[in-house]
Amino acid sequence: MAVVDGTERELTRSRIRIGDRLFRFWAWSMAALLLGLMLLLIYELLDGAWLALSTFGLEFLTERSWNPVSARYGAWPAIYGTVVSSLLALAVAGPPALLAAIFLAEICPRWLEPSVSFLIELLASIPSVVYGLWGLQVLVPAMRDPIQQWLYTHLGNLPAFGCQPLGIGMMSAVAILAIMVLPFAISVSRDVLRAVPNDQREAMLALGATRWETIWRAVVPFARSGIIGGLLLALGRAVGETMAVTMLIGNRPDVSSCLFSPAYTLSSQIANEFAESVSPLHVSSLMGLGLALFAITLLLNGGARLLVWRVDRGNRRRR
Amino acid sequence: MVHALRRKLASRIMVTLTALSAAIAVSALLAVLAFVAIRGAGALNVDLLTQLPTPVGVPGGGVANALVGSLIVIGVAALLAIPVGLGAGIYLSEFGGNRFDDLVRYLADVLSGVPSIVIGIFVYNLIVSRQGHFSALSGGVALSIMMLPSIIRTTDEMLRMVPDTQREAALALGITRWRTIVSVVLPGARAGVTTGILLAVARVAGETAPLLFTAFGNPYWSARIDAPIATLPHTLFTYAISPYSDWQSKAWGTALILTAMMLITSILARRSRRFA
Repeated sequence: MAVVDGTERELTRSRIRIGDRLFRFWAWSMAALLLGLMLLLIYELLDGAWLALSTFGLEFLTERSWNPVSARYGAWPAIYGTVVSSLLALAVAGPPALLAAIFLAEICPRWLEPSVSFLIELLASIPSVVYGLWGLQVLVPAMRDPIQQWLYTHLGNLPAFGCQPLGIGMMSAVAILAIMVLPFAISVSRDVLRAVPNDQREAMLALGATRWETIWRAVVPFARSGIIGGLLLALGRAVGETMAVTMLIGNRPDVSSCLFSPAYTLSSQIANEFAESVSPLHVSSLMGLGLALFAITLLLNGGARLLVWRVDRGNRRRR
Repeated sequence: MVHALRRKLASRIMVTLTALSAAIAVSALLAVLAFVAIRGAGALNVDLLTQLPTPVGVPGGGVANALVGSLIVIGVAALLAIPVGLGAGIYLSEFGGNRFDDLVRYLADVLSGVPSIVIGIFVYNLIVSRQGHFSALSGGVALSIMMLPSIIRTTDEMLRMVPDTQREAALALGITRWRTIVSVVLPGARAGVTTGILLAVARVAGETAPLLFTAFGNPYWSARIDAPIATLPHTLFTYAISPYSDWQSKAWGTALILTAMMLITSILARRSRRFA
């Protein structure tokens, strides 16, 4: 056995400490890089949008015309289109998503549940352009002919159905968005429902409640804020969705109450015009749209995460 | 009695409705997949996989350059995102426990919710407009930003699942902290971490929006990192919105290739997770 003398021991110890410190510093700097990246993202968006914001001021958000010829750019048509398309998509997809999540979490037999969940998760992994292609070639023709034509002839006096059906337009975009956010809304709500403690169910069943009463009065209310959080996350997805919407919404900066008419969303307007914009003000206005889109999704996601986190934390404390 | 019957009936109806909703979701998937499979199979041939695109009206041609381009861009993205994601994940799980890592976790969540088109214009402003040209590199940077949140999150979660006794055993042997992480903790979580990375790759492989103004597209062969490059999703987009039926049919073929790649990766990833 070699005797390690004092100085050598000191040396190895400090070498160890340096190795650990370096490793820790590397890991820390990778984490810090994420913070830097977010700050850089915000800076670049502000920087890019600065020209538009300083030219139009806050009116940029409420201005209704978007006209490269007269160099007047307003975000209102795109904001309107984004809000309407994603809210409608959530209204269409939300109820079936909640029901399907209830089915998976509460009703589905054990042997069947993993395969159904897996299939629904696959739905989420199909690329957005593929949805766009399917939408253009399968959904739009079907929308135009039986569905929109029927609505137009029978309910044409309502403003929502009162213009010539084109197939491409707001309604088709809503339909594809609804299909695309469905799997996401299902899987978040299912996870939240599963986290509800069994006491809730047993107590309700012991009172003589039926299966549905147990679910609807004891399980769902318990998971309510988590479900709302999940739906907000799905809304955030719909707001940011780009390719499929760009391909189906018709790309026209109009504010129309008719669901058949072409429209724009923030993301589709950027996707459609960015590469072709020539004047710096046009580019900057599109960056301004990007900034608005970023702000909206930030608010939605921030709120949603807080709700989901609160449920998680509440459950952890209870356990 | 009647009341009880009515309650039971209502319960039955609602339970059936939930099953119906799940069936609707599954049939939506089948409807999309069936069209991709049938129309895609009709357009799939050797040329599609091996030839360059041809101009409109010229028969034949394929998307081989986009296939290679996608692999290059995704490769660049993975090279950039994996070290950063692993490092940040290791930090969260092994050195965390303070306010900073709450912030990092929250930022990863926020970043995963940032729309892909916003990432696209961010990278355009950051790299493309400064360099003055589109490039495969900028496309890779955009995709790597999109991969980061899920790599960070899975690394963090998987490392946490490694029992503390293993860390303590290694440390008790006098092994240094970093050596413990690299040789004991990481190997213990290898299957989970690999799965997470695979899923992150699969998810960005189909992204188009961040590539519109970064990788841009290119009708010719290109393997250069500082030049515009064709990618499968972008080529699919160009073909899909074109008015030519020949191109539209190629779009279905491309959609089949892309969807098959995505589905195979996610199925493989899930299977390896089940065995882990």
